[in-house]
Amino acid sequence: MSVATGPTPPSLGNIVSQRELTPPASGPCKIEARGMNFYYGDKRALQDISIQILPNVVTAFIGPSGCGKSTFLRTLNRMNDIIPGTRVDGTVLIDDKNIYGPGTRVDELRRTVGMVFQKSNPFPKSIFENVAYGLRINGMAGTRTELTERVEQSLQQAALWDEVKDRLQDSALALSGGQQQRLCIARALAVKPDILLMDEPASALDPIATQRIEELVYNLKKQYTVVIVTHNMQQAARVSDYTAFFWLGRLVEYDRTDKIFTAPSEKLTEDYVTGRFG
Amino acid sequence: MRRFEPLIERGLFLCALVSVGTTVGIIAVLAVDTVAFLREVPITEFLFGTEWTPLFSTPSFGVLPLVAGTALVSMIAMLVALPMGLLSSIYLSEYANSHVRRILKPVLELLAGVPTVVYGYFALLFVTPLLQQVIPTLGGFNALGPGIVMGIMILPLVSSLSEDAMRAVPNGLREGSYALGATKMQTSLRVVVPAAFSGITAAFILAISRAVGETMIVAIAAGQQPRLTLNPLVQIETMTAYIVQVSLGDTPQGTIEYRTIFAVGMLLFIGTFGLNLVSAWLRQRYREEYS
Amino acid sequence: MTLSMRRATDLAFQVVALLVLLIALAALGALIFDVVRDGIGRLSWDFITGYPSRRASRAGIFPALTGSVFIILLTAAFALPIGVAAAIYLEEYGKRNFVSRAIEINITNLSAVPSIIYGLLGLGVFVRVMGMGRSVLAGASTLALLALPVVILSTREALRAVPGSIREGSYALGATKWQTIWHQVLPIATPGILTGLILALSRAIGETAPLITMGALTYVSFLPNSLGSPFTVLPIQIFNWTSRPQQDFHANAAAGILVLMALLLTMNAVAIWLRDRYQRKVAL
Repeated sequence: MSVATGPTPPSLGNIVSQRELTPPASGPCKIEARGMNFYYGDKRALQDISIQILPNVVTAFIGPSGCGKSTFLRTLNRMNDIIPGTRVDGTVLIDDKNIYGPGTRVDELRRTVGMVFQKSNPFPKSIFENVAYGLRINGMAGTRTELTERVEQSLQQAALWDEVKDRLQDSALALSGGQQQRLCIARALAVKPDILLMDEPASALDPIATQRIEELVYNLKKQYTVVIVTHNMQQAARVSDYTAFFWLGRLVEYDRTDKIFTAPSEKLTEDYVTGRFG
Repeated sequence: MRRFEPLIERGLFLCALVSVGTTVGIIAVLAVDTVAFLREVPITEFLFGTEWTPLFSTPSFGVLPLVAGTALVSMIAMLVALPMGLLSSIYLSEYANSHVRRILKPVLELLAGVPTVVYGYFALLFVTPLLQQVIPTLGGFNALGPGIVMGIMILPLVSSLSEDAMRAVPNGLREGSYALGATKMQTSLRVVVPAAFSGITAAFILAISRAVGETMIVAIAAGQQPRLTLNPLVQIETMTAYIVQVSLGDTPQGTIEYRTIFAVGMLLFIGTFGLNLVSAWLRQRYREEYS
Repeated sequence: MTLSMRRATDLAFQVVALLVLLIALAALGALIFDVVRDGIGRLSWDFITGYPSRRASRAGIFPALTGSVFIILLTAAFALPIGVAAAIYLEEYGKRNFVSRAIEINITNLSAVPSIIYGLLGLGVFVRVMGMGRSVLAGASTLALLALPVVILSTREALRAVPGSIREGSYALGATKWQTIWHQVLPIATPGILTGLILALSRAIGETAPLITMGALTYVSFLPNSLGSPFTVLPIQIFNWTSRPQQDFHANAAAGILVLMALLLTMNAVAIWLRDRYQRKVAL
């Protein structure tokens, strides 16, 4: 039996070519890693990662489970610091500043680099308080009117306002899965980050909710730099401008999304996007 | 506001140190008066003397009668608590279904929640008279009644700790035994209990420590006559009851009679501390075995 | 052994084990029955509001009851903040360092020290060295130290039960560790913490030996009216009456036990109510 060996699975190539392609970005890169290694104790989980992520685009990290894409994402806002025994070697720069350098204010970093998690994790508080929390603890709350305005703004940005505007005092846990995830996005946007990191944000959601999240991501890049981890290649093809392919802790290939899915340079990349493994 | 956080962390740490301060305080308080006591009474007389009459005009300071009293009551308590506790834990762990367990376990815990002074009342005014009907030579104050009641009180401790130890035994071992055709009893006694041996022993030792340190049941029902004997039918005095006796009296501070309660307390502390250490070490061992 | 013999022994064993359990429960039943039988006749409003007396029939339990309530409230006021603070440190800040491990081992040891030793500690440190005298303050401090390991343990469990996803969500917004603890973790852990406190207090309210040793009185005909006041508590009053040879005083003791048990039941019921009412859903 012969196996089709064309470099493009017709579906992904079509998805990409059907989109309006953002012209190649230029200018200073927003996030840069140089020779970064990451260790869980003695085990090296990320090897020699070097990448330049551009501002105001959506960059997708793809790869099979356990390849390190989530781990790398979490190094960008130093969330891995919470796990004991982890260590970073090498440089990670955001706006040309080494975020692992001495004197870095981690709490300030995390405000400017927002994160949305795979399983939505709203606080057991009201919808309003969920969004207001980040503002309060960062001293951005202002007066009651200002606070209410900012909360509304964030909920609008997350395309959730219309659905919750009449029940802001209800518990966030009463929302559906998709709504909770958009609430988490609103919560992250409220503190005015530059960068938004999303770790498989739609993997626990049904297709309709997923679609809404994807639309949101596509719109957010006008204001933010978005990095999204996904195990769903179609999603990466739909939503991202640049794609980075990780495998076994290494960055195998990083290029514009259309190139990765139609004519990848590495055989490994080609095998992965054509579904030969993973 | 965030600038104060290092201060907050330090404050929290100081609160955690309170527990260290407690231990230091216990050792210091006991040691100061014990040392003063041992300056007047040689340690050999204290530890090996067989007469305890510190309140007499010609006092004797041999602590063995008190130790014997404690040991006697504790032994009786263990004769009740250990087999009954182990059997009940086997039943709860290997036989009982979840409904039965959900009712029986909390009720068993009730036994552990009754204040010891209530058990003392029960021992003196119900159990001892009851036993006297069977054993006419039983004194009004004795070691048997409080010993039995203490055993009942400690039973839930033995039961729940042994059950934890047995629950930690992997099911694979049980299944292997059943697959060979063994009954539940054979599996429990020959496979599960031996496998949980360190944990069960840890439970037993902790139970002994609990019995040794128990005060009110013996203060009420066992008597105030220090006596070097193994006869459970007569009045005796335990280390703990002696401390209560002196505390209730008007022995003036700073006298040697007063210091005896700290010396006895030190002995009690060292004894229970040693038992607790062994128990904790055993418990660590069984956790490592099955982690 | 044949199979049927083995089955028979297995059944016999099961019966014996169940019987053992039932004997233990029967003992509890006998105790309750005995106390109720002896004491229910003496239980009356006069008894609860009366003062001790040389005459058994006139004796009442009011000073002891007030003393117990006063002491328990004060013990809670000391043990709760210190215990919660210590638990927060051990669970959230010092998780992996050597000093924390040492403190943890220390706390485990302390929870197995006989309560009478705490009485000697209270006598030496609070009554004598710190000069509090045989006062309510010294008594509550002693009981607070006794209750501390339990409060710390149950608070740590309550903290641990808070899902890590909530903490992560908070950190990801730029919150500091303390902000996360104060605004997210503690509110969620509070019902569990309070339940643990009430359980610790219900043990403390029955404690007799440590208070006798640090100098609580056994015959008190006045109400404790200040932190420096001498006092007695319910269990000591019960002990006092039980130790008298006259039967009438035994009836008083039994009635006192009923009052004590009623207090205990109330406290445990409150703990259970708290736990059920405030067990919020924290996550899907």
